[in-house]
Amino acid sequence: MSETKKPPAAPAASAKGSVPVSRERQRQGRRKTLRTLLLTGGVLGAGLSGYLPLVYARTSRLRPPGALDEKAFLQSCIKCGQCVQVCPVDAIKLADLVDGFGVGTPYIDARAQACDFSCDAVQCVLACPTGSLTYHKPAFLPVREGAALPQKPTLIAKMNDPEPTLNLTERMGVARLARPESCLAMRGEGFKGQARGAGFEGRMRYAAVDRWNPIRVADHPYDLPLCDLCMRECPIAGAISLEKFTGADGKVRARPVVHENCVGCGVCEMICPTEAASITIVPREVWQS
Amino acid sequence: MSKLLTRRYIDQIKVMFGKEPAKPTEISPAAQKIHFYKKNNRDEIAELKHQRAHEKPSHKWRNRRWATLILANLLFVASYWLDIQVLEGALTASRFVGFHMADLNSALQVMLAHKHIITNLLIGTGTVLMLWALLGGRTFCSWVCPYHLLAEWAEKAHLYLAKKKLVTDQPIDRRLRTVFWIVFALLAVLTGYTVFESISPTGILSRALIYGAGLSVLWVAALLVFEIFFSRRAWCRYACPIGLTYGVVGILSPVRIKYTLEGCFHEGDCRKVCLVPHVLDTVIKGRAIEPEVPLGPDCTRCGLCVDACPTGSLSYDVKGLSRLL
Repeated sequence: MSETKKPPAAPAASAKGSVPVSRERQRQGRRKTLRTLLLTGGVLGAGLSGYLPLVYARTSRLRPPGALDEKAFLQSCIKCGQCVQVCPVDAIKLADLVDGFGVGTPYIDARAQACDFSCDAVQCVLACPTGSLTYHKPAFLPVREGAALPQKPTLIAKMNDPEPTLNLTERMGVARLARPESCLAMRGEGFKGQARGAGFEGRMRYAAVDRWNPIRVADHPYDLPLCDLCMRECPIAGAISLEKFTGADGKVRARPVVHENCVGCGVCEMICPTEAASITIVPREVWQS
Repeated sequence: MSKLLTRRYIDQIKVMFGKEPAKPTEISPAAQKIHFYKKNNRDEIAELKHQRAHEKPSHKWRNRRWATLILANLLFVASYWLDIQVLEGALTASRFVGFHMADLNSALQVMLAHKHIITNLLIGTGTVLMLWALLGGRTFCSWVCPYHLLAEWAEKAHLYLAKKKLVTDQPIDRRLRTVFWIVFALLAVLTGYTVFESISPTGILSRALIYGAGLSVLWVAALLVFEIFFSRRAWCRYACPIGLTYGVVGILSPVRIKYTLEGCFHEGDCRKVCLVPHVLDTVIKGRAIEPEVPLGPDCTRCGLCVDACPTGSLSYDVKGLSRLL
């Protein structure tokens, strides 16, 4: 409060140290400093609060195909949404505020709309301007054990093409029979009707219906004596099979078995007719043999 | 450019980083002559002022600018929603008819955080760097940034409330923006996350327009409320590192606002409408060091001062073009 004390944030006045400063100027200077600190705290606080969702690991997102590992993905994604724009089935969405630093980054809600590779060439990878989604992972980034695919995945829809494979080298996640008790195949039950009900908006490419245009799942009803939807609609060759077995009651049942070829696209989770889905994708999961 | 102007321009770069503009120590004889003339002919000037006392301010440049800003952002929206594929992506990174573009500050954050640069990002950054170096750096702020437009409307609300004596503008130290720039660059390097990108209102708004609004627009709303009730244009003036990045890019830009001393009555209407009045210190009576002074790099080339100036003493200027024509 002394008269000689210079206002800390009045550069014009403090530059000429010898000029006496009025009490009013001093007070203004102090207030300006306080406001400056307030804005500093506010902006930095808001910025760093992005850490919280990461620390609590509340969100484990299924990222689009070709995504770098989560940390490197968040580092490199420029949050422009070009991957969103090219996806023919609108599988990719952008994360919101609750994702912290992940705000604006792309993810896939497989249950609502899975990536069915109906674009054939993984357009989102081609659209990415920063290499967050990439075919060619830079050398300094390690490949997690079990994240690498055993070979390039073969698209069943492209089986007859000269180049039936995708360029993906790592998986997005792994499918897992999360609720075997509710799985229709495990219960030895068939399925008749629309896989996810009449109101389901999700779309998928049915190569037999139209090779190039995805249609609504609701427009493609099924009539199956024993449910095999996850295996039937899996777009990747050799990723899911059904192992038939006879239960104690003599009923023929089947167990969905996920193989190492699984890329974690989520089509099985989307198509699974039970509520909740009996088979789900574990995002970012690696293959454990 | 004369030696005096060069010296002033270098000082204006410091002003952009937060220094307060100082009175000039030396004024050229040509400018001195005009200053003296004005001092000694007050009656004549009073008469001239009287003659155009009821002149209405024009909104020519503001309207052109708003149209450009809205069109640019609509082009993003239409490219996605109507699938016309002209400008795909968002303001942070996009493709203009296939050519990569990357926002300089976003690209910088990504490069610092990821420490790996792929060719496409380099091409996009280079293209945008050249574009804005030519068009004037912070021209991006006032002619493209969607937050700028909202902030202009918030500013109108603030000024209305200030007129009613319900709020007063609380200035903040301008050096804070430089501090933020350094802090966010360091945070990107050290944490490995693009921390600033998660709170950048430019990116948030651009994505909200194109992909639909989420909770993150609440942060933008909070900033606008802060500006309406507390500190006028606080984000753009005191905080936004994007503005500083583009300001630096525009240092050598040929597009700028030029001040002509001769007809100016030093009434200060331009400084009242300006986002960055420290670049207009030269219009204060007795401060102009030359008969013609280009404004500093922190100027957003928004043209509000050009519209506001009743004497036409402020105008858009392209360096070298007048000599060429």
